[in-house]
Amino acid sequence: MLSPVILIPAILNGLLTGAVYALVALGLTLIYGVLHIINFAHGALLSAALFAAFFAFRLLGLDPYLAAFLLAPVFFAIGYALQRLVIGPASHGDDRNMLLVTLGLSIIVENALLFAFRADTRTIDLPYAFATVDFGFAFLAVPRVIGFAVVFAVALVLWAIMRFTDIGKAIRAVAKEKLGAELAGIDVAHVYAMTFGLGTACVAIAACLLIPTYYVNPSVGDGFVLIAFTIVVLGGMGSVPGALIGGLVIGVVESLSGLFLGESLGQIGIFLIFIAVLLARPTGLFGAKA
Amino acid sequence: MKGLAAIAAVVAVLAAVPLFVQSNIALNFLVVTLLVALAGQGWNILGGYGGQYSFGHAAFFGTGAYVTAILQVRYGVNAWAGFAAGIAGGAAVGAFIGALTFRAGLRGSYFALVTLAFAEVLRIIASVAPITGAGVGTLIKLDLHPAAMQFESRAVFYWVILALVAVSLVIAHLIERSRFGAWLIAVRENEDAAKALGVNATRVKLGAMTVSAAITAAAGCFYAQYFLFVDSGIAYGTWISVEALLTPIIGGVGTVFGPLIGALAVKALSEGAKLVAGDAPGLSLVVYGCVLVFVIAFAPRGFVGLLAAAYRRLARAPKKREAAHG
Repeated sequence: MLSPVILIPAILNGLLTGAVYALVALGLTLIYGVLHIINFAHGALLSAALFAAFFAFRLLGLDPYLAAFLLAPVFFAIGYALQRLVIGPASHGDDRNMLLVTLGLSIIVENALLFAFRADTRTIDLPYAFATVDFGFAFLAVPRVIGFAVVFAVALVLWAIMRFTDIGKAIRAVAKEKLGAELAGIDVAHVYAMTFGLGTACVAIAACLLIPTYYVNPSVGDGFVLIAFTIVVLGGMGSVPGALIGGLVIGVVESLSGLFLGESLGQIGIFLIFIAVLLARPTGLFGAKA
Repeated sequence: MKGLAAIAAVVAVLAAVPLFVQSNIALNFLVVTLLVALAGQGWNILGGYGGQYSFGHAAFFGTGAYVTAILQVRYGVNAWAGFAAGIAGGAAVGAFIGALTFRAGLRGSYFALVTLAFAEVLRIIASVAPITGAGVGTLIKLDLHPAAMQFESRAVFYWVILALVAVSLVIAHLIERSRFGAWLIAVRENEDAAKALGVNATRVKLGAMTVSAAITAAAGCFYAQYFLFVDSGIAYGTWISVEALLTPIIGGVGTVFGPLIGALAVKALSEGAKLVAGDAPGLSLVVYGCVLVFVIAFAPRGFVGLLAAAYRRLARAPKKREAAHG
């Protein structure tokens, strides 16, 4: 079982899966870093994005990788509107209320999907879904290799937005010192909504990367979001490099514990890491302060 | 004493319901409503009075349900003893999780996440461990006998759960009036300030979590006894974590009657939604979600807060009229 023929592909596949986890986590950590709340609606929004990518392919014949260019702005707008019109006004600026409102939204979105599309699991057929590339030491699925590359491209774009644009500066200012930013004339409600929009756009891109090799049903996002919570906690809440590295680590851990413990028990490895990190070092490996 | 009298009055009214309502469907609805109210009262002790929002009360509900079921089925323990053991088991899990998390200083989002993770770990373990019946679940044998805590008439089940709810109301009332309750509320309002005034915040939160877990576990024990079946998705599923949190928040967080009123409101609403749109999957939960968001947005103190405001307005109105005449 420990032979490198099995182990190396398992680790590489873990890294590829982990990259997509990292993208979901990136959205979550971005929102946490600025709004200081856990967005419990993240998983439901991922399910919604997966459905959108599914129907973009089925009804419009849009290839998922092209659909990303359409869905990312659409979900950015959805995220912006949710924060600006629902989460912000409804929670009266109280953190505990924000947690509950995002939980309420996740219940609404997930069950509206269930109501509209039933619990059926759907998949799409793409000609390249099962294509592989031979790296000499391992065969890897093409869509997952593409996914891996796209995730790092998205991370780079996000980094550039945060580093060089005005809105990026405003977001960083609000994350550091909300009151000071407000006094300096930054529209905090707008910045919050922009951040929420960016986080939701990450989810839409992740959905487009997942749909070629994955399936969609109304509760599919839950599994991802619990993993994303773990990554965010592991990498340090609010830390972008932390989310990337944490995602890769968790991908490998999942792949290996699945190999040794079996499918259902394999998930436990992730949660135990999660609880251990929360208890021992809640700031995570890369977080500055809680 | 006024509080206790109010509890007695409410419980007496509810106890009389089966004398007038014989329909099994209606009684079943009320039993499930009271079950959720009980689980919600557990959440309310920790979340409402203590301000610690748990997203994983399924951990206690499920432990109560499994301990009750497994002790009876695998070890031949009497149902009533199993029930008591289930409550103790839930309290122990609460104390364990509380000791770990509060000692690590987890608050807010972190506390919500870690409780969620504990419930998930227990769910996964229960779905594979042989003692829980793994994926098949555990079935309690039908034995309609009061000694086995199974009753032919639904009314008796109803009175049992009502008695449990009554006890939970009294517990909440006593906590509200006690020094412990004052500490707990102080921790909720400002933990650092409470600590500075000499409140042992960790111990207060730990105590609240243990009581909270015991009450929610009691709801789990009752679930096992009433439906005679437990599996990992029911016992440790997110549905009960959500309902336990929803009922007090909708009813009135940190109030004695909040969970009961909230449970009645959400259950009636979801039945109403079923009447309007048919029994479609997901629909009642969409209603729950909307009500949750609306209550937080427009009635942060829940239905209890709305009722209190309406009562004040009514009480003031006649006086105004007198003043106008005088």
